[in-house]
Parts: sequence; structure tokens; C-alpha cells
Amino acid sequence: MNTFSPFTLSSLSSMGPELVLLSVGILLIVVDLFCKNRLLLPWLTAAGTLVALVLLFNTSSATVFGNMYIVDGYSVFFKMVCLVGVLFTVLLSERYLEIEKLHHGEYYSLLIFCTVGMMAMVSGGDLIVVYLGLELMALSAYCLVGLLKQDSRSNEASLKYFLMGAFSTGLLLYGISLIYGLTGTTDLSVLSERVVSLDLMNNHALLVGLGLVLVAFCFKLAAAPFHMWAPDVYEGAPSSITAFLAVAPKAAAFAVLGRVLIMGFGDVHIHWGPLIAFIAVLTMAIGNIAAIAQKSLKRMLAYSSVAHAGYALLGILAGNNEGLSATMNYLFIYAFMNMGAFAILIMLCDNKRRGEQLDDYRGLAKTNPLAAALMLVFLFSLAGIPPTAGFIGKFYLLVAAIHAGYIVTVVAAMVFSVVSAYYYLRVVRYMYFENAEQETAVSMSPGMTAALVLAMIGMVGMAIFPGPILSFAGKSLIGY
Amino acid sequence: MDFLILHDGWLPILSILMILPLAGAFLLFVIPGENFQKYWALGVTTVTAAVSLPLYFRFDSTTYKYQFGEHHSWIPALDVNYTLGIDGISLLLVLMTTLLMPLCVLCSWRYITTKVREFMFCLLLIETSMLGVFMALDFVFFYIVWEATLIPMFFLIGVWGGERKIYASIKFFLYTLAGSVLMLVAIIALYFNTDPHTFSIPLLMGQGYSSIFQKWVFVAFFLAFAIKVPMFPFHTWLPAAHVQAPTAGSVILASVLLKMGTYGFLRFCLPITPAATVTFTPFILWLSVAGILYGGFTALAQSDMKKLIAYSSVGHMGFVTLGIFVLNPIGLEGALLQMINHGITTGALFLCVGMIYERTHTRDLDLNAGVGQYMPVYVTFLAFFSLSSLAFPGTNSFIAEFMILAGGFAKSKLIATCAIPGAILAAAYMLRMLQKIVWGGTENPTHTGLSDLNTREIVTLAPLLLLVFWIGLAPKPFLNVMHASVAHLLEQVNGLQAGVAPMAKIMLP
Repeated sequence: MNTFSPFTLSSLSSMGPELVLLSVGILLIVVDLFCKNRLLLPWLTAAGTLVALVLLFNTSSATVFGNMYIVDGYSVFFKMVCLVGVLFTVLLSERYLEIEKLHHGEYYSLLIFCTVGMMAMVSGGDLIVVYLGLELMALSAYCLVGLLKQDSRSNEASLKYFLMGAFSTGLLLYGISLIYGLTGTTDLSVLSERVVSLDLMNNHALLVGLGLVLVAFCFKLAAAPFHMWAPDVYEGAPSSITAFLAVAPKAAAFAVLGRVLIMGFGDVHIHWGPLIAFIAVLTMAIGNIAAIAQKSLKRMLAYSSVAHAGYALLGILAGNNEGLSATMNYLFIYAFMNMGAFAILIMLCDNKRRGEQLDDYRGLAKTNPLAAALMLVFLFSLAGIPPTAGFIGKFYLLVAAIHAGYIVTVVAAMVFSVVSAYYYLRVVRYMYFENAEQETAVSMSPGMTAALVLAMIGMVGMAIFPGPILSFAGKSLIGY
Repeated sequence: MDFLILHDGWLPILSILMILPLAGAFLLFVIPGENFQKYWALGVTTVTAAVSLPLYFRFDSTTYKYQFGEHHSWIPALDVNYTLGIDGISLLLVLMTTLLMPLCVLCSWRYITTKVREFMFCLLLIETSMLGVFMALDFVFFYIVWEATLIPMFFLIGVWGGERKIYASIKFFLYTLAGSVLMLVAIIALYFNTDPHTFSIPLLMGQGYSSIFQKWVFVAFFLAFAIKVPMFPFHTWLPAAHVQAPTAGSVILASVLLKMGTYGFLRFCLPITPAATVTFTPFILWLSVAGILYGGFTALAQSDMKKLIAYSSVGHMGFVTLGIFVLNPIGLEGALLQMINHGITTGALFLCVGMIYERTHTRDLDLNAGVGQYMPVYVTFLAFFSLSSLAFPGTNSFIAEFMILAGGFAKSKLIATCAIPGAILAAAYMLRMLQKIVWGGTENPTHTGLSDLNTREIVTLAPLLLLVFWIGLAPKPFLNVMHASVAHLLEQVNGLQAGVAPMAKIMLP
């Protein structure tokens, strides 16, 4: 049994990144009140995120607040993915918000609070902390989605997201209460011991509890059949927020799923394994097939992000460190390629056009060769076609899942990845094989340039030297 | 690592071969002016070809081991390496690829009028990945370069192709991608079924996997390679892709990309899953015969020259797979030689079609009838290449088809007898084309004003004609380099045969 570690002031030092972000979030509201220069906001947010990133790697591992908050390699990795996601979002927002006339302090501070919520989720060693983090994240996200007040799609998305989210939270709490009732604890490490010592491995009530928790997280992951909200929310939200939602909260949900399933319920893998396999296949099927029918690139990317959750589940499915590190690696690569694709989408957005329809990409190779070439790299990477980084990420997942014996699931994943190639190629077709009807004028901004350069460096780097990220993910699992 | 002979000198020649076109491709973006870009691409491909020549002269034909080897760790966590090496099976394919690429640049000189830089970029990229396919000795690296060939080809067809380019390019991409994804699953399954786990291709050979596992792996590989070859009935993407592709694209497709499929059979199916190979041999032999006859008959009915040659490819590649799966030395060597021959001859024929298309803007046999009167040099080349395609004695294909059929008779008289009409069909459709183009009929369209081949075009075709006769009259230098590797390959297959498969008795009397 773990000894109870009482709260001391020094334990706050392990939460450096979170505290920095919290102060930045509050500072942003204050600055927004008194400062007229709107450009200060994004750069302040970006700076805060960078400081948090640096602090993240300088924080020693610790377990604070009596096992409730765990700072370990695992949480550091996922926090890194979340922070990278936020950084991209801020860089993309700078210009986008001007076009949408959304330059408000609360946008950035909500983004920051959302991130703090995710970091709490990722570090949660106790189901209650996980729940608190999840709520902080979700409440901020509901507001962010609805920020386009004049746009009915945005309002609808926000309401839908809120209702679905509240519903899934209810399920989560119900599941936690069942688990608590049977084991007498919400502490994940104690929980796994109790499951064995109280001989609950085949207890139906426990499995129902676990099932409810699973369903709640599948909502957050937008895994089928709990993905219904995702396309509408992703389409209605401001594009920069869509990019954010598809990457960071998803990564946080995967982190919790990994911790709960493998750390808390690793011994009942036999029960949840087939279920995850089924969900993974269904998610890939629905995401990929529905994406084919989309005329809007934004909605297509929304479905593609559903499908990618299915791929990432393959690593969780394996139920071991190898699989988990493959998922972590994939989420990191996914952050770069998805952010890159959204960066192009936002880049093509101006006062007349939103860059969301496939038609907007007609003949882009002629009117703006650089944007088309970058989009090409991101799309091929999303499709997982060699020699892109997306392939490397997928490859690790397949290795892990095949090692765990899920051959049929993997074959299904491969078949659906061919299906996905079709709709990604369709965008390429519009860009390269067809002629433009109108000129595309693109105005760049420093933030946009930085985001694209960052995404490209990530893509190329991880394609040529795929080793380091995977070994980093693997190392962060040591002692986990 | 006893299967690999590391390169001796100070130059890693295989890596240089891959890096040259890759670097050349990216440098294209700093070169201004379309003319300079063309000369640059020509220069890069010619230098690459020149660098590849020492491979032949310094090749040790007495050993089956992989030569000019290089080995570097790439992803240590999974023991994925960057391992390169070539043996008697891949040597000629590498040389053929490097020698064809300058010709592809030359034939596009006037044909490509838009986006020259991007076109040359695609050509150089595809050269790198094709060379990678023939040199890779690590499965992950192999899979990456194998799939990487799709992307430039997709653009070659889709951007510079004919009227139905979008349909053809997407069909090409998805069809071949669908074939290869299962191969990836098989590769990973092989990795975990080998102790210690490895992706090294030579180490996976001769492991003696269980027969049911071999069958699954074989099926996954077969699907990938059969689509690439393409074997009947997986050939439907080929005519569409060929007809829509620009000349250089057709040449690359026919001469090199198709060979990747047959190369896959030789490199992976035979040595890694020998027992399954023996089990499935009868089926594949009959599929080959079906391909030979189907390709021949379909080619006979075509009026589009490119389609005709595309279907003739299906037939010729049928001979190659036939030669591979008779599993005896003469058949295998014949198949290897036929791979090279098909690359030379069919590549040349596609070049010829491209040249006439540049002048008359049609590929229709009737509309091109009787151009021989105005283009004597052109039809001389065309005649020789057509004769080579129908395996006329004295040309390269005769040697190879003779060897394949000899191997076929040694395996099963019925199979060989059934394949022979393929040779007659080839004569029929090739002579039909030749007769129309050279002489035509009474209602020839007017072709006055057509200019004959210029120097650039003659330079493009002449090296191929030289090779047609060289291989046709003195094939020894080409066959000598294969002996050791082919003998070793057959040892690997025969040494691990789990008895003769029961189906063989019924299907191969």
C-alpha cells in the first residue's frame, strides 16, 4: 500500500507548468481589460506555453497530494503533446481571429484553462482528479466552440457538445461510483490491487462500472458509436478550435484511457480487449467511410479525425507498454500533421471565402504552389502512405497490435486505411489535377508561418529519424 | 551478417545511386528556366547511370551473397535497419533502371510543355524509390520505397496524362495500394515469427515456418505482387494507367514498376515461403498461361497503339511469372532475362508510340496508317522493336522466351504447350500493328509534312536497339551474373520443400 504523502508547499514545485499556465490564463483576462493592443494576447499565450514546455522537462517525477496527482514520464509525454497542440492553435489563431473578428482575451484564457484541465487529467492518479480535470477541460471547450456568436452552426455545435458532454460525464460518474462501491477506492494504483485481492476479476458490477467509464472516454475520443457529436461540433467550431479539439483533448483522453485501462484494470484485459477491438474497427469504418461523402474539407477532416482515433486505439488494444508507446508516438505525429492540414485550411480563409469547401482547393497548385505542396505532405501523411511520418506512426501501432495477436483487427485497419487514401487523394486531385476558377490570394502572418515551419520540421524530422520519439515514449513508460 | 559483402572502396555506391536523383530533384527548385531544368534532369540521370556502371564490372558473379552492401541502424527499438545490397537477381534490374531514366527525360523534351520542373521532379523522385526497391535488404525500408513509387507515378499520370487522367491515376493508386497493405501485415507477422525478431530480408529466408503460416504470408505477398505485375485477373488498372500516362510515365510503368512485382516473387515468395510456393505453383502457372493468352487475344483487338502494347505487356509478364514458377534454373534465368527484355523492348515501343503521338496527336492505328512512307527511320526502329516483342530469333526476347518454354516443358508439357500459342498471338498482333503503321491500306490518311525522327529521338532509341541485338546475339554476359544467385535461390526452395503438393499431380500432368 502506498504511504500517504501529506501536502507540503514543496509539492507545488512539481506542478510548475500547470501553475505557470494558470497565472498566464488569469493574466490574459487582466491584460485584455487594460491593453488595447490585441496582438499582445496571442504572443503572451505562446510565451506562456513555451515556458510551461520548458518547465515540463525540468520537473522531477513525484507523486503529490496523496497519490492524487502523479508527475511521471507518462504524464510528461502527454502534457508535451497537449502543449504542442496549444502552441499550434495559438499560432494559427493570430490571423484567423482577426478575420472572424474574435480577438478577445477570453479566447486565449479559455484555451489555457482548457489546457490546465487536460494536464490535470493526464496526471490524475485518482479517478476524482481525472474527473475534475475532465470537467475543467470540457467546460472551457464548450465555450470555445460557441465563440462564433453570429454563426448558427457554432451555436448549435456548442449546445450539442455541451449536452453530449454532460451526458457522458454522468455516465463517467456513475461508473466511478460503481467501481468505488466495489473496491472502496478511487486511487488507480490501489484499485488494481483491490481488483485482484478482492477477486473481482469477473465481477459483473465491476465490469459494468468499467464499461461506463469506457463509454464516457469514448465520447471524449469521438470513438464510434459515440462519435455522433464530433462532425457537427468540429464543423461548427472556429477552425482553430477544431484543430485544437482534434488533437489536444483527444490526446488527454487517450492518456486517461491508457492509465485507467492498463494501470487500473490491466488484469481484466481479457474483458476489455475485445471491446476495444470492436470499437476501434467500428471507429475506423465509420470515420473513413463517412469522410468519403463530405464536400466540405473541414467536415472531412472531422471524420478523418474520428478514424484516426480508431487507429490510435490499436495501441491501447495491445494492452502493454509496447502498444501504449506506439499510441503515444502516433498521437504526437498526428498533432503535427493534423495541425499542418488545418493551418493550410485557415490560411486559405479570408473575408470572402472560408477555405472549408473542397471547391476552394481547385487548382491550388497553380495559384499557390507552396500551400498546395505543404497540404500534399500533410494529406499523404494523414493517409499513412510511406515515406511520410504518418506511415511510421501507423507502422508502430500495427506492430504492437499484431504482437498482441489482433491480426484480424489489423487487417481491417489496413483495409480502411486504403479507403482513407481515397478521400485524401481527392483533395490532392482538386489541388493538382484541376484548374482554378479564381485567383487565390493568401496573406501570411508571422504566427501562420511559424506554425507551418514547425509542422514541416516535425513531419520531415519524424519521417527521417523516427527512432527518438518512439524511444522517448518507451522510456517515459519505465516504472509506470 | 554473413550474407552481406560490405562495399570495399571509400564510396557507398548504392547509397550514392539513391541520393543523386533525390538531391537532383530538390535542386531543381533553384534552377531557373525550363531549358536548364531539362538539361539538369538529363545530367543527373546520366551521371546516375554512369555511376551505376561500375556495379557490373566490379560484380563478383561467383557468389550468391549480396554485394556492395551497406548497413546502418535506423530505428533501434524495432531493429529496423538501412541495409542495402545487390545480388545477381537485382543487379540487372538496377542497371536497367538507371539506363532507362535518361531516355525518359529525353523523350519528354518536347512532349511535356507545362510544369516542366515538377515533371522532372517526379521523374527523379521515382528513380530514387525504384532503385531503393531493388537494393533494399530490410523489409521496412523496402516497404517504404515500394509504396513511395506510387506518389510520383500518381502525379505523372494525374497531371500530365490524357483525357481520363483522373480516373486512371486514382485507380492506379488505390488498386496498387490495396494490394500492398496486406503485405505490410505479412511483413510484421514474419517479424514476430522469427527468433530473434528481425526485418532483415536475408535472415527471414529459409526459416522453415509452419506450412499454414507460410500459406497466409504467401497469399498476402502474392496479392501485392500479382497486382503489380499485373497477373490476370488483377490487370485491369494497367491499360487505363498506360493509356492515360505521358510517354515517360508509360515507359517507367512498363519497364520498371511492373518488374517490381516479379522481383518481389523472386526475392520474397520463393525463398521466404518455399513450401507455400510449391503448393501454389500449379495455380500460378495456370494463371500465367491465362494471362499470356488473354493478353494476346485482347491485344489483337485493340485499335489504340498504347492499349495494344499495354495488353501485350500482360502477356509478356505472363511468360515471366511462368518462368519463375517452373522452379528450375533455365526457366528462372529465362524469366529474369525476360524481365530485362520486356523493360527494353516495351519501353522502346512506348517511346515509339509517344513519338508518333507528338506528330499526329493520335494513337489510333487507322489514323496512323501508312506513316512509313514519310518516316523511314522511325518505322525501321519500330520494326525492330516489334520483332523483338514477338520474340523473333536474333532478338533479345527470343532467347528468354525460349529458355522459359524450355523450363516449362521440363516442368509440365501441358503447361508449356498451352503457353506456346501466346508466342503466335504476339506475332499476330505485332505484325498487324506493323503492317498498318508502315504500309497501311488503300485509304491512308494524308501524312504529308510529317518529319522523320530528329537526332534527339534517334539518340533515345538507339541504345535500346543496341541492347536488343546484344542480348539477342550474345546473352552470355547477362546470364553469367545470374547463375550463382539463381542456383542459390533454387536451393532455398528445393531444400525446404515439404513433399510435392497434391494439387500438382492433377493440375500439371
